[in-house]
Amino acid sequence: MKQKENPIITFFASVSLALFVLFILAITSIIGTVIPQNETPDKYLQYYGEKWSTVFHALNITDMYHSWWFLSLLTLLSVNLIVCTLKRLPHVWQTVMQDNLKTTAERLHKMSPSRVFVFNGPAAEAAAAARVLLSRTSTRIKEKSTATATMLFIQKGAWTRFGVYAVHASILLIFIGAIIGTLYGFKAFVMLPAGSTTSHVYEMGSNRLIPLGFDLRCDQFTLTLYDTGAPKEFRSELTVLNDKSELLKKSIVVNDPLSFQGLTFYQSSYEAKQGQLFAQIKNTKTGAATGLPVKPRTEVSWPDAGVRFGVINFEETKNGAASGYRFKIWFTDGTGTPSEFWMDFGATAKIERPATTYDFTLTQHYATGLQVAKDPGVWWVYVGCGLMLAGIMVAFFLSHRRIWILVTAEGDRTEVLVCGGANKNKLGFENQFNALLARFANHAQFTPQG
Amino acid sequence: MDSSQLLGITTFILLAASVLYIGLFIFRAHALGVTATALTFIALLTDTAGIIMRWVESYRMGIGHAPLSNMYESLIFFAWSIIVLYLFIEFRFKNRLIGAFVIPFAFLGMAYGSYATEFSREITPLIPALQSNWLIAHVVACFIGYAAFAVACGLGIMYLLKARSQEKGGNRTSGGLLDSLPDLRQIDDLTHKTILFGFLWLSAGIITGAIWANSAWGTYWSWDPKETWSIITWFIYGATLHARFTKGWGGKRIAWLAIVGLLSVIFTYYGVNFLLSGLHSYGGGK
Ligand code: HEM
Repeated sequence: MKQKENPIITFFASVSLALFVLFILAITSIIGTVIPQNETPDKYLQYYGEKWSTVFHALNITDMYHSWWFLSLLTLLSVNLIVCTLKRLPHVWQTVMQDNLKTTAERLHKMSPSRVFVFNGPAAEAAAAARVLLSRTSTRIKEKSTATATMLFIQKGAWTRFGVYAVHASILLIFIGAIIGTLYGFKAFVMLPAGSTTSHVYEMGSNRLIPLGFDLRCDQFTLTLYDTGAPKEFRSELTVLNDKSELLKKSIVVNDPLSFQGLTFYQSSYEAKQGQLFAQIKNTKTGAATGLPVKPRTEVSWPDAGVRFGVINFEETKNGAASGYRFKIWFTDGTGTPSEFWMDFGATAKIERPATTYDFTLTQHYATGLQVAKDPGVWWVYVGCGLMLAGIMVAFFLSHRRIWILVTAEGDRTEVLVCGGANKNKLGFENQFNALLARFANHAQFTPQG
Repeated sequence: MDSSQLLGITTFILLAASVLYIGLFIFRAHALGVTATALTFIALLTDTAGIIMRWVESYRMGIGHAPLSNMYESLIFFAWSIIVLYLFIEFRFKNRLIGAFVIPFAFLGMAYGSYATEFSREITPLIPALQSNWLIAHVVACFIGYAAFAVACGLGIMYLLKARSQEKGGNRTSGGLLDSLPDLRQIDDLTHKTILFGFLWLSAGIITGAIWANSAWGTYWSWDPKETWSIITWFIYGATLHARFTKGWGGKRIAWLAIVGLLSVIFTYYGVNFLLSGLHSYGGGK
């Protein structure tokens, strides 16, 4: 350990560098919270004038968290972390793995806290008595005897010394996850009208077309409001298809997305299609169902079922204070005479046909806005996060405690040294240690010295 | 009685407790101590009852959700966390003088929550983005962390006062006012522990926030101002934790960092909502 060290390694392993980098990261991060990020060049020109917007562009401040210099700072932090860990870990490893019974008597005498007792009796008896008293602290006693001395040792939580290294490793795992996500993932968007199917989505920023490798259909979008008019729920009924065969159906809301083949679809926004209605039709006998957009006074067909229908008229309705619309529907499934009837907006009508009955619902036509993400790195990030919390908890709550007892016989005199230490929570350790000392002091044959 | 009355009473009890703790500190009138502790304990009970009642009231309104969804509710929980942490420290270290530096933060939190005009105190239904259990975990973790940082800041101020009086010629001139404070090394150690505890919860808060964002829109981190300020705060406290391992970073600088750290917390919480705008403005603050 005492060899002269390469100054470059000393530099990169130093905690001072870590402090420096953390402070610089904290200070520079402020910039991007004050200056809006990723706006168009003319916005910057408008807000900050020509001189400043040139400076911003030159220093990548318009997208600073992805700029070369910010990423360099994060890299520097990682290098610092790795070098620091590589330098310290062997020593910690040794501390955890070492044979504590090899400690010399001199080192034990220098420990704090420590206490010497004189035992009234032979050394072998002293060791036996000490063993009994010590076993009330821990029964996992390690022991070594030589001709003149017996050493007893207990410890707890040696492994907790690795806690901070788990925290440090977790930072690297999170960075690795973020890099994997950037390299192999994407963020995209699609506006999918109810009743439509898409086989691709559009990358955010670039608008590049990304094929899904399967089809995604939106069967319905529903918007629910609170009495106050605030939105309560955005819900999309989605179906994943492969060549018209349905592979997966899921109703998604914000905070509950659909995942399929590494892609995840999030409910993000919606759009009401002005002047358009959406009809959901279900054949109650066969169970066949579909949803189709409807423009008033235009015939719509559901070819698979031989159904044709249309909204042939509509009028405003007044029901007390509430106003709404009702619609006149014309409907045929190719059997008998077509049905014609009035129905309210949002209601479900039962259409009796010669061979079957249809449930027919008429609502607003919406398109659902879906955010689409592929992020194969997210599990690295989550494992890193878990490890970080576990590591900090170890660093906060747990400590490595060690207690030695050395029984030495010098002529007739039997001396017993009780000593120990903890790497953290020294107060807690001292309480435990003092309890042990009290047990010795209460023992008839042990007399405290000094 | 409804929850807002109960919480209003809590604010006044905390004011009284703050005055008593400060009186105890300045006049060393030890008789005040027991009353101060008793009041703090009563404030804990009324605050807890207020939180539970608000929760029940939201269910009566048919929009039931944990009272952790807006600025006012988070401030109440903030005060609650400070009180719990403080009472723990008082019982553990058997020293009431720390209260003079800590309980005023709980009072200020409640008072700001009760009288600020920037936000509403009504119980409102949750918009879709906020309907997530991660929200509850996120707010709880963040505010326990913030409470710990407020306690650490109080300890930092205490450290600086005591250190200054010792430099100025020690105990005689100060008339022993600061003598009854724990000694510097003990304050320093407690500050460090409190910051590490806060760091644990802040990390948990940032992580649960990231998981929530990822479940809501598929991005666990987007560098919006709220996220960025929370990571700035995290960097500051992270640096503070490491400062001990660097030569020359004695207790005073760490005490100052505890103060700077809290300013960053306040900016993350207040400044971002009202001085900067961002993605999070839909929450009215979380
Ligand atoms: C964002 C990055 C970092 C985080 C979150 C972090 C976290 C931690 C935590 C929680 C502790 C325990 C503190 C305590 O027990 O009081 C710790 C200790 C430590 N960290 Fe870091 N750390 C980071 C970066 C670094 C870097 C870059 C270095 C490089 C020099 C470093 C070196 C150390 C050392 C030497 C210790 C003390 C270990 C010991 O107790 O033996 N840390 N770190």
